[in-house]
Amino acid sequence: MNYIIYFSLTIMILGLILAAIRFVKGPTAGDRTVALDTMTIIGVSGIVLSSYLFNRYIYLDVALVYGVLGFIGVIVIARYLEKAL
Amino acid sequence: MKSDYLKKLPLKTKLSRFFMHWFLLTLVWFGFTNTFAAQEVLTGLIVTAMISFLSIRLFTCCDLRILSPGKILYMLQYIFVFLIALIKSNIDVAKRVLSPSLPINPGIVKFKTKLNKNFAKMVLANSITLTPGTLSIDIVDDTFYIHWIDVKTTDPEQAYKEIAEPFEKILLKIF
Amino acid sequence: MSILEIIGGILIITGSLFLFLGALGIYRMPDVYNRLQAGTKATTLGAMSLILGVGFLMPGWILKILIIIIFIAYSNPISSHALARAMHLRKRFMFFKNEEIDAYKEIDKNNNPEK
Repeated sequence: MNYIIYFSLTIMILGLILAAIRFVKGPTAGDRTVALDTMTIIGVSGIVLSSYLFNRYIYLDVALVYGVLGFIGVIVIARYLEKAL
Repeated sequence: MKSDYLKKLPLKTKLSRFFMHWFLLTLVWFGFTNTFAAQEVLTGLIVTAMISFLSIRLFTCCDLRILSPGKILYMLQYIFVFLIALIKSNIDVAKRVLSPSLPINPGIVKFKTKLNKNFAKMVLANSITLTPGTLSIDIVDDTFYIHWIDVKTTDPEQAYKEIAEPFEKILLKIF
Repeated sequence: MSILEIIGGILIITGSLFLFLGALGIYRMPDVYNRLQAGTKATTLGAMSLILGVGFLMPGWILKILIIIIFIAYSNPISSHALARAMHLRKRFMFFKNEEIDAYKEIDKNNNPEK
C-alpha cells in the first residue's frame, strides 16, 4: 500500500512543478494566482496523504486550516485586483 | 441588502432559521471532534447554539422546511446528477489537455435564470463551474455570464438549455 | 488486502492523476480563463477523490474527511469565480479562436448594479 502512496506523491510533485513554472512565468497576476490556488490544493492533498502515511490524525486539521487560508488568500487577491478591497 | 431586514421577519421564520443553523453547525461540530462522548456533545450543543444566535443575521439560505422528505430526496438526486456531471467534465478536461492541438473555441455567453433566491443562484453558479467546459464569471440580477470553452451557440435560450436546465429543474423544486 | 484498501488505492491514484492533469492544463492553456477552467475542475475532483481514498483506508477518520471534501467542493468554484470576474473587469487578454464572442463586454465596472 505504501508504494501506491509514494507513486501518487511523485505524480503530485510533478504537477506541483508544472504549476510552479506557471507561477514564475505567468504573464499577469491572475495567472500567478491560479497557479497559487492549484499549488494550495495539491498541498492540501499532500498533507492528507502524509497524515495517512505517518498515521497522525492531527495532520487533517493542518490540511483543513491550510485549505481555508488558501481560499481566503485567493479571494483577497481577487478583490484587490478588482480594486474593490 | 439592508442591515435591519431581520426586524421585519416574523418570529416563526426567525426561529425556523435559528434551528436550521443550529442543526447544520452541530453537524460540522461532530465532523471536527469526530467523537460522540457526552461532554463533547454537550459542549458542542452549547457553543453552536451561541454561534447560531449571534450570527443569525448572516444565515439567509434556508429554514427547517428544507428538511422535509421530498426535498431531501430531490437533494440526493441533485448530488447524483452533479457527481455524474463532475466526472464527465473531468474526462472532458483530460481529453482537451492531453490532445496535442488544444481543441478549444472559447467565448462568453449569457442566459437568464428562473431562480429568485440568492443562495440557489450561488449553488447553480458553483455547479455550472464544475460541469463540462463552463465557468461562471458573473451574476447580475438574473443574468448569468458564462465562459464556455467550446462555444456551440450564442443564443441565450439555447445556452440555457445546454448548460443550466438539468440543474435548475431540480433546484426549482428544492428552493 | 481488504476490499476497502483496494478501493482506497484506486481512488488515491485517480485523484493524483487528476491533480497532475489540472496542473498540466494550467501550464498549457493560452489565457487565464481557460487556465481557470482546467485548474478548477480537475483539481476539485482530484482532491475530492484522493481525500476520499484516504477516508476508505482509515474508516475512523471519515467525519473530518467529509468536512474537508465538502469545504473543497464549496470553496474552489467560488475562488475561481471571483478571480475570473476580477480579471475580466481589468480587461485582461482573452484568447479567441475564430471570432470574438464576449457577451460580458456590456457590463462596465462603473455601472455594475452590484456596487
